[in-house]
Amino acid sequence: MKLAEVIGTVVASHKVDSLEGVKLLYVQPLDEKGKPAGDPVVACDMVQAGVGDRVLFEGGREAALALANWFNPSDATVMAIVDSAESES
Amino acid sequence: MTLARVIGTVVSTVKHPVLTGRKLLIVKPLDADGNPAGKSMVAMDTVQSGTGDTVLVIDEGNSARSVIGEVMAPVRTVIVGIVDSYERYTTEDGAKSE
Repeated sequence: MKLAEVIGTVVASHKVDSLEGVKLLYVQPLDEKGKPAGDPVVACDMVQAGVGDRVLFEGGREAALALANWFNPSDATVMAIVDSAESES
Repeated sequence: MTLARVIGTVVSTVKHPVLTGRKLLIVKPLDADGNPAGKSMVAMDTVQSGTGDTVLVIDEGNSARSVIGEVMAPVRTVIVGIVDSYERYTTEDGAKSE
């Protein structure tokens, strides 16, 4: 999983059937210091996160497994809202 | 598997059910010289490791699911061992070998 910050929402009214009803978020991956790392991605949401929230998202095959209907083409899914993250460096 | 160092912790209340009761740690991979390098990841802990530990990390879904024993869990990165020590040998001409 990776740390990220929700920086926006994405609306797509016409999409594949398996993503019907799935909220899409625009998330910016963060490094361990909380600074942006890499390019933003669109992620499916399963925890009702909102703009400004720190979240954890899973990429790859596991992103699809996190949704209620696991047979879907998601490659990034927000799996947790972060309360706090501490790192020593 | 890769060598990594635990550099932090993550606390979350609202999360996927599979994460309930699991410890989440921020890990940073180590390069060949043992220095932190590359992008940090959030890994699920299965061996009660803690900040500062050098650990073995698997970043592959099927292995992760077998470790936690849930066939359909959306989990990819798990800590599977705490490293007591590791050595890296150097050949006579000074060239490093793994």
